[in-house]
Amino acid sequence: MRILSVVKQVPDSNAAVKVQADGHGIDANGLKLVLDPFDEFGVELAIQLREKRSDVTEVVAMILGPDKASEALRVALAMGADSGIHINDESFQSQNELFAAHVLAEAIKKQEQPFDLIVCGKYNIDLDSGAVGPALAEFLGWPHVGAVQGLEIADDGKHFTARRRIEGAEEVIEGDLPVLLTIEKGLVEPRYPSLPNIMKAKKKPVSVITGSDLSISQDLKNATEMLSISPPPPKPDCKFIEGEPEEMAKELVRLLREEAKVV
Amino acid sequence: MSNILAFIEQRDGKILPASFQLLALAGKLASSTGGQAEACVVGDSVSGLTDTIASYGAKKIYTVEDASLARYVASQYTTALSAVIDAASPKIVLIPTTFMGRDLASRTAARKHAALAIDCTDISIEGADLIAEKSTYAGKLSAKFKLSSAGLQIATVRSNVYAASEPQAGAAAEVQAVAVSLTDNDKRLTCKEVVSTSSGVKDVTEGDIVVAGGRALKSEENFKIIFDLAEMLDGAVGASRAACDAGYQPHSRQVGLTGKVVTPKLYIACGIDGAIQHLAGMRGSKVIVGINTKADAPIYKVATYGCVIDLFTLVPLLTAEFERLKG
Ligand SMILES: Cc1cc2nc3c(=O)[nH]c(=O)nc-3n(C[C@H](O)[C@H](O)[C@H](O)COP(=O)(O)OP(=O)(O)OC[C@H]3O[C@@H](n4cnc5c(N)ncnc54)[C@H](O)[C@@H]3O)c2cc1C
Repeated sequence: MRILSVVKQVPDSNAAVKVQADGHGIDANGLKLVLDPFDEFGVELAIQLREKRSDVTEVVAMILGPDKASEALRVALAMGADSGIHINDESFQSQNELFAAHVLAEAIKKQEQPFDLIVCGKYNIDLDSGAVGPALAEFLGWPHVGAVQGLEIADDGKHFTARRRIEGAEEVIEGDLPVLLTIEKGLVEPRYPSLPNIMKAKKKPVSVITGSDLSISQDLKNATEMLSISPPPPKPDCKFIEGEPEEMAKELVRLLREEAKVV
Repeated sequence: MSNILAFIEQRDGKILPASFQLLALAGKLASSTGGQAEACVVGDSVSGLTDTIASYGAKKIYTVEDASLARYVASQYTTALSAVIDAASPKIVLIPTTFMGRDLASRTAARKHAALAIDCTDISIEGADLIAEKSTYAGKLSAKFKLSSAGLQIATVRSNVYAASEPQAGAAAEVQAVAVSLTDNDKRLTCKEVVSTSSGVKDVTEGDIVVAGGRALKSEENFKIIFDLAEMLDGAVGASRAACDAGYQPHSRQVGLTGKVVTPKLYIACGIDGAIQHLAGMRGSKVIVGINTKADAPIYKVATYGCVIDLFTLVPLLTAEFERLKG
């Protein structure tokens, strides 16, 4: 069984993300970038499967992004992925997840050895969309299960049962590999790479795929275009309610009923 | 190519109320495209739902019925929705932002090579293009996307951003059954069962009102006062990651970046600091109440109303006050 973990580099969730002067993108200056926390769940799941099962032969991590994205790829390798693939071309940069999925699919089709399982995060914390996984599966003609929070793969290495999160319930999905899974929080706890593993990761093989290696259709790229990005309109200042506890409770309830009209 | 198609999400014959909000939006957009609001509903037995769907403003309803569509499976529903898109040739498809909607929209957009925007908080038409606004970077920034009118445009819409119209009993709509032939490839996965995880209490994504507790609650038992208030308001219970990690509440109630994203009309944050990752999950709520002993807690940066007080004092008083008014 070969497992592919698709990852992305995104701004750290603690970072203040600032807008570029032209309003068309975010200011990368001094911005701390990390491996997306949901993609991290995918990497962790893949390496746990390799550690637990004798039939998992290789875990490959794949990233689409500029030169700097190699840092996030190295984190995946330090966590335990065996090798990396970095798709890096100026013409592949976009804020369009369907286009990204198309590029990833073309790169996966180019691989000599097939994969049996592809994992990626439920969504990425930059665009908050989650289209990459389902769209990638569609472009590959694979089935997928989104937002997986429980997984069992039978001893035969084929049949699987996945538990998918929905509102207030779980869907229990069954089928055979190959499949693409997008991973929800709670399935695995990502490990911190140890110092020796960080050193080892520097020597792991990473192949680079560039624009001339793939036949990419630009139609998808132009279908959805980011026009502008800005901080959300500021919220009006918080109205603080003063007084003794009983008065405070009465006044808050009154405001919720009469001013905000939400109860 | 000027009609707007709303995907009506249903499970076990129960329609997701946010679907009706989409019909109202579809009607509004259709008036500027010169088309009409249409609906699509998929399942094993959905023809009994068409009167209700019509009452919320759909002028034409496409139904797809097949025994194997009883439960949601991505590839099968993608094939069903694609069949309706082929039959109806809409200009725009609107889908609720839910676990089903995000999944289905993404896969369908890939199949139909459509323009796509997920979890939109504002949708309008400029020229012929669809302009969709959505929150990005965990709610820190809001981005505007242009979905080209050159092809199909698909958008999922956040619940409670648009209001549903008042239902008109007896409103008529044309109903068209669309045949679908699911391929073996579509049927590679099956949904065996759907297991409830909400244990009687409303799921946090389903409450119009959410009462949430943080680390300050200190124990699972102490959450009782949060549940009491939620029950009084017919709301749902949420929690911060710190409260879930400490075992006070299951992770299914976690709100935030790595938990659930909620946009209720009222969110009451009790003993929650307001870390950026928590705000990512609730800052889109219409009204936010912060209850926190620390006057400079970051929750007050997004709160509409703030009460700087011990939550163990105030929360039971709030429950009592609501009870008193209920009579
Ligand atoms: C990648 C990543 C993802 C994350 N995802 C999430 C997520 O999805 N959801 C999430 O919530 N967090 C998330 N976090 C964690 C987040 O950073 C915070 O650590 C967490 O939200 C803190 O929870 P809290 O506010 O309950 O606890 P604390 O930060 O401990 O705050 C407790 C608050 O209670 C107040 N307080 C104490 N006693 C009382 C009292 N008696 N009455 C009233 N107020 C009182 C205190 O003043 C304080 O403000 C994430 C972090 C990372 C790095």
